[in-house]
Amino acid sequence: MLVLHCPYCGVDVDETDLHGGGEAHLTRHGPGSSDDEFHDYLFQRANPKGVHFERWRHVYGCGKYFHAARCTMTLEVFGTYSAQTLEPPQEIKDAIMAKRPDWTGGAKS
Amino acid sequence: MGQKRYSAFAIAREAMRQHTGWDRAWAKPTPKKKYDVVIVGAGGHGLATAYYLGKNFGITNVAIIEKGWLGGGNTGRNTTIIRSNYLQDPSAALYEKARSLYETMSQDLNYNVMFSPRGVIMLAQTQHEIRGYQRTAHANSLQGVQTEWISPQRVKELVPIMNIDGPRYPVLGGLWQARGGTARHDAVAWGYARACSDMGMDVIQKCEVTGVRTTAGKVTGVDTTKGAIDCDKLGMVVAGHSSVLAEMAGFRLPMESVALQALVSEPIKPCMDVVVMANTVHGYLSQSDKGEMVIGGGTDGYNNYTQRGSFHHIEETVRALVETFPMIARLKMLRQWGGIVDVTGDRSPILSKTPVDGVFVNCGWGTGGFKAIPGSGWAMAELMAKGQSPLTEEFNMFRFREGKFIDESVAAGVAH
Repeated sequence: MLVLHCPYCGVDVDETDLHGGGEAHLTRHGPGSSDDEFHDYLFQRANPKGVHFERWRHVYGCGKYFHAARCTMTLEVFGTYSAQTLEPPQEIKDAIMAKRPDWTGGAKS
Repeated sequence: MGQKRYSAFAIAREAMRQHTGWDRAWAKPTPKKKYDVVIVGAGGHGLATAYYLGKNFGITNVAIIEKGWLGGGNTGRNTTIIRSNYLQDPSAALYEKARSLYETMSQDLNYNVMFSPRGVIMLAQTQHEIRGYQRTAHANSLQGVQTEWISPQRVKELVPIMNIDGPRYPVLGGLWQARGGTARHDAVAWGYARACSDMGMDVIQKCEVTGVRTTAGKVTGVDTTKGAIDCDKLGMVVAGHSSVLAEMAGFRLPMESVALQALVSEPIKPCMDVVVMANTVHGYLSQSDKGEMVIGGGTDGYNNYTQRGSFHHIEETVRALVETFPMIARLKMLRQWGGIVDVTGDRSPILSKTPVDGVFVNCGWGTGGFKAIPGSGWAMAELMAKGQSPLTEEFNMFRFREGKFIDESVAAGVAH
């Protein structure tokens, strides 16, 4: 069972209380964007084998979305953080670098 | 080449001489420097693609490269259900092609794949599903796919162990495909591998692709753990790892990889001779020839490459099925496993050319690829040999940009 820390409630939450929300930090394209941008926003996903930034919703708790950094190859969780950010905070990046020294900083491992 | 044919006579002959005369089913070749076509992925879809390249188009200078062992991915991890009762015309055409090829596969391959057209019921347990499946039944009759809308009483006749008056989700009817069924999944991979090897193709196992080499936007070969291999055309048929391989070739695919689990119970005496799918509650059930109840459910809700899933999904699936099949409540689970499935935005597969010249991709089968293996191979071979195929046209990877979805996620629910 995946256990994630909800940064709003401050508690460790079982996967059954959460709902996965897919890749985090997508740029939201809308009217006025090109077809390619809109396609990428709707359908194109990093789908990395390794470090993945993703959204989770604490559905049976505060009901809010937060972000998690997780390894899709080991299911290891590097940390969770507020969704009110455009990129992962430095301490999350540091936590990833500590365990994945060759991580290049992108969504790809 | 020149494989001895398998037959009842061959079994009798070998019985007389302590089974010393059997050949290896497929060769263990070392890779050549160059092939006309390299297929990455020796699962059902990859091997079928290679087989039909040889059989339908005479292209036999082919290597099928596999990082693990053949048929060890999702081909060996599915619940072996075969059906073609899809709503959309392009899907029905492709899956019905596959189902019809399963009918004669054992004879074609000279390998017993134990195709058992025992019939598949998709249960309607909500008013919405009644309308949905009646619509599918009408669509199927226009497509020439033989399906039928049946009453709850007929469902009960076909599956006496089912409780059709369940408190939450009573059975309100079903979509019945009499010529759907199951097959021995490993045998499908083994049969194709043997036939490919017999045609002179190289099935190379334990050989992982580490890079894709291109020159001026055209593929020239692949780097592998057994050295570089040149090729004119490259087919990527690697299911859950398609994104990883596509990235090596320099393009991206609109898909995500998630875990899908299945389980079997301890073996019991024959009690159910059809396949039952209950999409509202996310469970499907059939009984294998060994007597195990084979159970599958829905996918996990997050990206995953580990071939392990969450236990609570198993619990949910079993809980739902116990309600509909009360007699399985006391059965013990024998084993459980997971596979990584590649899911696209419209839950339909991708069989397509790619931005890299000479690279073709066959992926996105999501939770329902096994049933499609022969049709997928047939169509993919045509696409690779001729550059186009009527069966794959609508399944190109650029359809998401155009908005031309093959929207089966509504039609077939989760148990795809």
